[in-house]
Amino acid sequence: MNDNVLVRLKGVSKAFDGEPVLRSIDLDIHDKEFVTLLGPSGCGKTTTLRIIGGFVSPDSGDVEFSGQRINDVPAYKRHVNTVFQRYALFPHLNVYENIAFGLKVQKVKKDEIDRRVKEMLELVNLKGFEKRHVGNLSGGQQQRVAIARALINRPKLLLLDEPLGALDLKLRKDMQKELKRIQRETGITFIYVTHDQEEALSMSDTVVVMADGAIQQIGSPTDIYNEPINAFVADFIGESNILDGTMPCDFKAKVAGHVFDCLDSGFAPGEKVDVVIRPEDVDVVDVKNGMLIGTVSGVTFKGDYYEIIVDVQGFKWMLETSDFVAEGQTIGLHIQPDAIHVMKKSEYSGKFGDYSTFSDEMDHLSDVVEEEE
Amino acid sequence: MNKTAKGPLSRLLAAPHILWSVLFILIPLAFVAFYAFTDNDLHFTLTHISEFFTPKYLGVFLRSVKLAAIATVICLVIGYPAAYFISRTSPNAQKVLVVLIMLPMWTNFIIRTYALSEVLEVINNAIVYLLSLLPESLVPIALDPKPDIVIYNETAVVVGMVYDFLPYMILPIYSVMSKLDYRLVEAAQDLGCNGFGVLRKVVLPLSIPGVLSGITMVFVPSISTFYISNQLGGIFLIGDIIDYYYYNNNHHFAAALSFVLMLILLAGLILMNRFGDDEKEGKR
Repeated sequence: MNDNVLVRLKGVSKAFDGEPVLRSIDLDIHDKEFVTLLGPSGCGKTTTLRIIGGFVSPDSGDVEFSGQRINDVPAYKRHVNTVFQRYALFPHLNVYENIAFGLKVQKVKKDEIDRRVKEMLELVNLKGFEKRHVGNLSGGQQQRVAIARALINRPKLLLLDEPLGALDLKLRKDMQKELKRIQRETGITFIYVTHDQEEALSMSDTVVVMADGAIQQIGSPTDIYNEPINAFVADFIGESNILDGTMPCDFKAKVAGHVFDCLDSGFAPGEKVDVVIRPEDVDVVDVKNGMLIGTVSGVTFKGDYYEIIVDVQGFKWMLETSDFVAEGQTIGLHIQPDAIHVMKKSEYSGKFGDYSTFSDEMDHLSDVVEEEE
Repeated sequence: MNKTAKGPLSRLLAAPHILWSVLFILIPLAFVAFYAFTDNDLHFTLTHISEFFTPKYLGVFLRSVKLAAIATVICLVIGYPAAYFISRTSPNAQKVLVVLIMLPMWTNFIIRTYALSEVLEVINNAIVYLLSLLPESLVPIALDPKPDIVIYNETAVVVGMVYDFLPYMILPIYSVMSKLDYRLVEAAQDLGCNGFGVLRKVVLPLSIPGVLSGITMVFVPSISTFYISNQLGGIFLIGDIIDYYYYNNNHHFAAALSFVLMLILLAGLILMNRFGDDEKEGKR
């Protein structure tokens, strides 16, 4: 990564039929960076991508590419290529012709097209597929064709719109690694749109978390995970217990009636805050050693750990523990100072982070719906 | 992927149509074939068939092909952009426009053609009147007796064919285009195609099936039409000849002409669809 800004969005807003989709987005994307726009459906991430690609023009604000304002440059003149959601391969062309499409439009010489298509097929591991009809390829293979078709034009910037959404889990994991490899080998800037936080964390240099048409937080995956800026980000990235608390003074946080040591400072004395505690950061201990006492109300076996729901004074916490505890058992919770993340109150306070209505099945269902969108 | 109709129930569902086809298509067709190869005493003969290929009737046939081909090309030139335009409007506008395209089809085609002859007559008169206003030296044709410029000639026949059959060109093309995945258009733009490039490299090849069925649906009725040519053009096309012999008690010759025309059309259609399949699948 370096300081060369490749794409800059300045105060970009967009509304569809009077419904605001983007509210004054400011975003810098650096050269050779792998940036992920992450958020739930309807958060404006795809619209942001389409504005950069030139398929949607912003109502206000500027889009800059290498320092040039490109608001009025049509998609076909931009040095940007896109891997579309569900690929959008040309059904009337075979694999070779699909990949060669962009070069043919540019009237590149035939032997150079041949050479570069071969190069691309090698890059995406599709050697020998030239003559295959795209309708006869598996999802993963179509995905590779789509990537090759975009990359062969040697864009400075590749846009990827939920490219792995239609693949099954195993294939998705493989493709994540492969995309990362391709990005490293080609040195092309990637802007990647997804609603899958795991995908975002494992692939990106920079994650941009979006919600309700606004950017919530920009940072490295570790920053975003360890120092979420508000309740929305904390909840969306991984599992989080988010509690109401106060800061009696610097380095102290009062939650659930207990005053914890913490690493945060700079709040007004007595300021109301949101406190995030990750499920894996809480130690399950004997009742007598517990900072908080709770009753286990649910246990789910997850393979290498148990996910338990613990009722502490009516608030349901989610914890991860490697030791088995039985439902109905009373346990103590022990929390280290560095496990406590204090956030300023935001519009998202109180909306997330309570597991009283949590159910694995519901979570699973909502995932499926999102993929079908 | 192919769902083939199997099982007793789905066969039963097709029964009414099969019965209908046998009664009103297959059996009559057999009669046409039988009549085509027999004389008045119902003895086998090839006289009628071979008469089709005499200069007299071959000439009429080729004239029919020519006019139908011109009409089909004009329909394509008008219909393709119209279909593209409709498919790019909003869903509500599309509904209205499609109804507007189909509206003329709600009137019987004989009445429509008759009305068109009146309209052409008026236009003809108007042109003649405008020409009469010009200095005589500039007018290339004699205005007395009144000339037939857009009526009672081949032009009028072609206009009639286009007028009557244009919707059959627009609708199948529109139907294919409205199903075209718009992301393919965006993908082509993304890869550097301007508007014309998108049309040539994506929209056009993907709309070939619609174009082929549009061509079929305009060309076939055009070549065998018998009313349009007579009413508007005052000329005889192959359909008129068949009509004439049928009503003048030479059923065998009428049947022979129909039979040969049918075979030629069939051959043409098979050829064209072969070409269409090549477009779609030949590149595997």
